[in-house]
Amino acid sequence: MRDAAARPDDNRPYPLRAYGPARLKEALRRMYLIRKFEESAEACYARGLIHGTMHLSIGQEASAVGACMSLSEEDKITSTHRGHGHCIAKGADVGRMFAEFFGKETGYCRGRGGSMHIADPAKGNLGANGIVGGGLPIAVGAALSAKRLGTGTVTLCFFGDGANNEGAFHESLNMAAIWALPVVFVCENNRYGMSTSVERSTAVASVAERAVAYAMPGVSVDGNDFSAVTEAVDAAVARARAGEGPSLVELRTYRWRGHSKSDRNLYRTREEIREWMARDPIARFAAFLIEHGVIDEPGRAAIEREADEAIAEAIEFARSSPEPDVADVVRDVYTTRDPAADSTPGGAGTR
Amino acid sequence: MSGAVRELSYAAAIREAMDMALASDPRVILMGEDIGVYGGAFQVTGDLVHRYGEERVIDTPISELGGAGVAVGAAMTGLRPVFEFQFSDFAALAMEQIVNQAAKMRFMLGGAVSVPVVMRMPAGSGTGAAAQHSQSMEAWFGHVPGLKVVQPATPEDAKGLLLAALDDPDPVLIFEHKLLYKMKGPVPEGRYLTPIGKAALRRSGRDLSIVASSIMVHKALAAAETLAEDGIEAEVLDLRSVRPLDREAVLASAGRTGRLLCVHEGVKTLGVGAEISAMVAESEVFHRLRAPILRLGGAECPIPYNPRLEKAVVPQIPDIVAAARDLSRRPN
Repeated sequence: MRDAAARPDDNRPYPLRAYGPARLKEALRRMYLIRKFEESAEACYARGLIHGTMHLSIGQEASAVGACMSLSEEDKITSTHRGHGHCIAKGADVGRMFAEFFGKETGYCRGRGGSMHIADPAKGNLGANGIVGGGLPIAVGAALSAKRLGTGTVTLCFFGDGANNEGAFHESLNMAAIWALPVVFVCENNRYGMSTSVERSTAVASVAERAVAYAMPGVSVDGNDFSAVTEAVDAAVARARAGEGPSLVELRTYRWRGHSKSDRNLYRTREEIREWMARDPIARFAAFLIEHGVIDEPGRAAIEREADEAIAEAIEFARSSPEPDVADVVRDVYTTRDPAADSTPGGAGTR
Repeated sequence: MSGAVRELSYAAAIREAMDMALASDPRVILMGEDIGVYGGAFQVTGDLVHRYGEERVIDTPISELGGAGVAVGAAMTGLRPVFEFQFSDFAALAMEQIVNQAAKMRFMLGGAVSVPVVMRMPAGSGTGAAAQHSQSMEAWFGHVPGLKVVQPATPEDAKGLLLAALDDPDPVLIFEHKLLYKMKGPVPEGRYLTPIGKAALRRSGRDLSIVASSIMVHKALAAAETLAEDGIEAEVLDLRSVRPLDREAVLASAGRTGRLLCVHEGVKTLGVGAEISAMVAESEVFHRLRAPILRLGGAECPIPYNPRLEKAVVPQIPDIVAAARDLSRRPN
C-alpha cells in the first residue's frame, strides 16, 4: 500500500512521493534478496544440490518488487514459471523457498512442487505456474471472488510476453473487462518466449496495445526503472481498487540468464545481453536512493550484506531440513482422505 | 433433512440442488454459456437467474478455457462455483485448466489450497448432434489423480451427487447424460448427499453382475428383465462414480455371481470397463470367476449423425442381453 497520497506541489520522483524511506529500503533489500537467491540457486544447481530445472529472473528485479509495492498482504498475486522474484516481492520466506528447491518437507510445497510451483496463499501468493498463461484465468477468478465477497482486495497477475499469444490471455482480459473486475495484468516483457523474440511471435509492437481490444487502459514502461514500474502499477491498482476495472501494464525488461538450464543462448547476441546488463535495475535503484538521500553507500552495502546473510541462513535451513516421507506422497492429492479414494487403483490402498 | 419424495425430472432435480445451494450458501455461484435468461442449452439452470440475479448466475462469453479457469481461481479464493460446460465435448477446450490446474493445484502446492469447483458436463450420444457434441469423456478425466468424476443415473442421484460435489473440498466433474434430462424419478425433498465413490446395487441376481454407468444402468435393468424371462438373474451395479471407483462394491458383486459384464457408453478401448476388469482380475475374486470378463462400450469410431449409425456405435439393450446370455452359457 502507498504510504501517502501525492501532493500536487510535490515534484519529486514518484516513489519518493508515494513511499517513505523504510518502504524504499525494504524494496531495495527485496531486490537484493531476489538477486542473491537466484545466484545462489544457480550455484547450488551447478554443485548438484538442486535437481530439475529453474527459470531465473536475474535482471528483472525492479518489475517484481516495484509491481508489488502497492499491494497489501490480503491482495493476491498469480505468478509464472519465472516466479522467484514475485514470491520474494510478496513477502515469501527465502528459507522455505530454498527448502522447496531442495525438495524438503519444510518447503512451501513440502517438496512436491519445486521451483515452478512456489505459493504462499497465506500471504496472498496463489502460486507460480508451470503452464504459460495458466495463471491468467485464475487471477480473474480471484478477482471475481474479491468482487462477490466484497473483500476490497486486488489481484495482480504476472505473466510474460510469451503468454500474450495464448488464448487464455485473451479470454481472461475480455472477461475481466466485461465484469469490471479488480485485477491488474502485469506483462513482464523480457523480449523472449524461450528463444522466440517478441518481434517474431507477436503481431503488435507493444503488448500494451492489446489492451485496446479489451477496452482497458494499457501502458508500457521501462521495467528496469523502479520509479516507472511503481508509478504505472500503482495507478492500475488504484483503479482496480476503486472498482473501475482491470488494466494492462507492460514492463519492458530482460532476463540476463537463459530461459532455463538447457538454454545455450543461440538466439541472442552477447552484445545484447551486455547492453541490458548495463541497465541493471538494482544498481539503478540503489543509485536513485543514494542520489535522493534515502540511503548512503555504507547503508546500501549494509542492505546488500543483510541479503547475503539471509540467503546463507536460508540455504542452511534448507540443507538441514528433513526429506519428505515417501509413504506420505499421495497425502495432498485430495483434501479429504476419503476411504473410497484409497480404493482407487493407484491410490494408497491398492493392495 | 430429507422429507417427502416426489417425481422430478433429472434436469429438475439438478436445478433443485443448485437452487438449494444458491439459497443456503452465499459463496455458491453458477457460471456457464447461456445459463442465464436462455436457461441453459438443456434448460437445466432454467429460471434461476431471475431468482438469484446475474451476479450469481453468470453468463460467460464463449470462452471455455478462460471460463473454467475463472471458476478454478474463484474456488481457490472463497467461492463455490458450479461451472456448466454447454456440452462436455467443449471441456476439451479447457483441458489445461481442469487437468493441469484444478486437479494438481493442491498437490503441487503441498496442501496449501483446495479447489472446490464443480463442473457439470452434459454428455453422451442419442441426440443427433454428431461427433463433437456426443462424446462420453469420463474415462479421460477419470485418469487424472486430483479429480473426482461422477455419473448420476437417476434424478435422485443427480440431485444428491451435485449437493455432495458442492460439499466436497476438491474438484468434482459431473457427467450428466443428455438423454436422462427428461427422465422422471423419485427425488426426496430437502437436502441429502449421495456419497461420491459409492456404487448402488440396482438389482440383485445370482447369475451374473452387470456393472454399468449413467444411461447404461437403465439399459442394463431393461436387459435384466428380458434375461429373467429366460431364467437368467442379473445383478445390476450402478457405478455412479468413476473416480474414486467403488472397488469394494465391484469385487463383492463379481465375487457373488462369478460372472462380470461391464457396460458403458464411452469408447471400450482403455475405458472404465478396462479398469474394472483389471481391478477384478488383479484381486482374489479372480479365482471365483466362472467365465472370462466381458466388456461392452463405444465403438472405435466418433459418434455418427445418421440415427441408425448413431445407435449402432454404443451398446443397446439387445447387445447387453446377448452378451449376458453368452456369459451365462460359458461353462463353470
